[in-house]
Amino acid sequence: MKILVMMKMVPDIVEELEVAGDGKSLDQEYLRFIVNERDEYALEQALLLKDRLQATVTVVAPEAPEVDDVLFTARAKGADRAIKVTGLPVGSGARATAAALAATLPGIDGALPADLVLGGCQSIDDLDGFVAPLLAAALGLPYLGLVSRVALDAGMGKATVSKEYAGGVMGRFEVTLPALLGIQGCEKPPRYVPIAKVRAAIAAGGIEKVAAAAASASASAGVPLEIRSMAKPEAAGHAEMLQGSARDVAEKVADILAARGLL
Amino acid sequence: MAQATVLEMPDLTLDGLLATPAGRALLSCIQCGTCAGTCPYGDVMRHTPRRLIGMLREGFIEEALTGDDLLSCVTCYDCWSKCPRGLRLTDVLLPLVKEQVLLRLPQVPAELQSALANTMRYGNPMGESPRKRAAWVEGAGVPVPLLRDLGRPVDVLWIVECYAAYYPRGQDNARATARILHALGIDFAILGNEEKCAGECARLVGEKGLFDTLREQNLATFAKYEFGSLLTSDPHAFDAFAYVYPAMGLERPVDHTTTFLASRLESLRPRLTRELGYKITYHDSCVLGRHNHMHDQPRRLLQALPGVSLVEMAHNRDNTICCGGGGGGMWLDTFYKAKGHARLSDRRVEEALATGADVLAVSCPYEVPRFEDSLKVLGGDDRMVVRDVTELVAEALAD
Repeated sequence: MKILVMMKMVPDIVEELEVAGDGKSLDQEYLRFIVNERDEYALEQALLLKDRLQATVTVVAPEAPEVDDVLFTARAKGADRAIKVTGLPVGSGARATAAALAATLPGIDGALPADLVLGGCQSIDDLDGFVAPLLAAALGLPYLGLVSRVALDAGMGKATVSKEYAGGVMGRFEVTLPALLGIQGCEKPPRYVPIAKVRAAIAAGGIEKVAAAAASASASAGVPLEIRSMAKPEAAGHAEMLQGSARDVAEKVADILAARGLL
Repeated sequence: MAQATVLEMPDLTLDGLLATPAGRALLSCIQCGTCAGTCPYGDVMRHTPRRLIGMLREGFIEEALTGDDLLSCVTCYDCWSKCPRGLRLTDVLLPLVKEQVLLRLPQVPAELQSALANTMRYGNPMGESPRKRAAWVEGAGVPVPLLRDLGRPVDVLWIVECYAAYYPRGQDNARATARILHALGIDFAILGNEEKCAGECARLVGEKGLFDTLREQNLATFAKYEFGSLLTSDPHAFDAFAYVYPAMGLERPVDHTTTFLASRLESLRPRLTRELGYKITYHDSCVLGRHNHMHDQPRRLLQALPGVSLVEMAHNRDNTICCGGGGGGMWLDTFYKAKGHARLSDRRVEEALATGADVLAVSCPYEVPRFEDSLKVLGGDDRMVVRDVTELVAEALAD
């Protein structure tokens, strides 16, 4: 059983994001990068499956600031291989990114074929979540997104995948392996790994570095996205803070609702 | 009375401890059970310190290291303080055992996990922006220089620490301290966004790798500057700088704000002119009080405030009751609640309310949120407020 996990770095919004002077990119001065939260769940799902099925887990991530920490942490958590891909296009849109990954992944020694390819279903800089399904299509794999639990029956060559729907409804799907899954969550939060283990992984080294392959200029690759401008949302209005006793506030709330025809 | 001493071995491990005669001496326990009896969570722990030592000594190592029981240790120094053999349970043995426990835990409780991960990434457990570490300075009302900007040596390097730097009520403590230092004419500076958590609570909860990382980063920062001594508002940071960092080469005197101000009380006293009219009960923090026996200094400061009367709680000085926030307890409230443990801060606040005081004075930034929460939970927030000693001193200070 082989599992490939795709992880990527996204801007860390603990620092306020600023638009750079060119008006179409983020100011890099104080920008920090953090691993995409959904990808952490993808790794956790892979490690849970590894715990149960003795799978091998390979993590692949595009080169980005602080990505080494993420890859070493993944190794410390139990990933068998950590691969950093250099030269992937950044900010060129879902189609171009998926095409670049589709061109690169098959060339990484031992990465494919994998029984399962897992990635986060979305990221804060890609809420459309199209990279994973486009990549699945390019690799000829079935795709299921917004997955919150994966159970494998490796001997039968299939996975049972759960998805959450509104109103507490769960959907269960069966998918033939190999498959690509867009992970939204998993049965438990990502595990903590003590820093001593991360430091040991750093001391041991072991991040493999691979150059991205050029994507073929096929129609499916589309035209790389060009960002024309970037701006912070303008505040259209402000919240009104109601002051006074509970009774006063309740009366004001009732008045506001009545004035808007909601009572 | 047990005395706090400097740790001499920087890279002590449990295996190493059990392999050396000096380490085995730490297990020369007479199994009297005083530790288990005095532990605030001794009644709910499966492996009390006594039992844990017995297991380690008899070779039940894996059994002793499996499970989350030791997360109930809030490193209150009660077992250490009362051990008739003077064994260094709280600051040496238990952290080494907890380090192994943490490595084996299948799931670290979520709040603790995020506090530790945040401390590693941002240098503070709240996950706040490192760039905003000195944001509290705005509103201090007095100049608070950054050492980087001063470009010269400074007498006192003030390590504000996380809760005083970020937590809104902690910032009151930081601003009060700044005002007092300014009034005393102290040549001081802070590190601003170069400062990171000292890491003591990470060490005591068993996250030694995180502590080592923070210590290396902080020592590298200290090495960039010239300063006479360290001052901190956080007793846990005080312990780290006084007893653990020296093993890696820190050679600077360290003061806690309370003792620093108490030693300058004669300069301060003529300025303390504003009548406060408070009836105060003082809570000895486990670290400043029980571990360092700094009981008199905060009381001397409080007694110097005009119009203040001081009353004692039943448990005071070395016999104080823990607020439950040490050794990671600050981020384990949900875990304790799920386990059915009583909140230690509730117990302390009940005792404080029983004194009839209207102010609960503290000298550790963890205690403000813990006791304020307990006052609200117990319905005592209309009768009592929690104030840091420095806040009270600053309030009495003439403009």
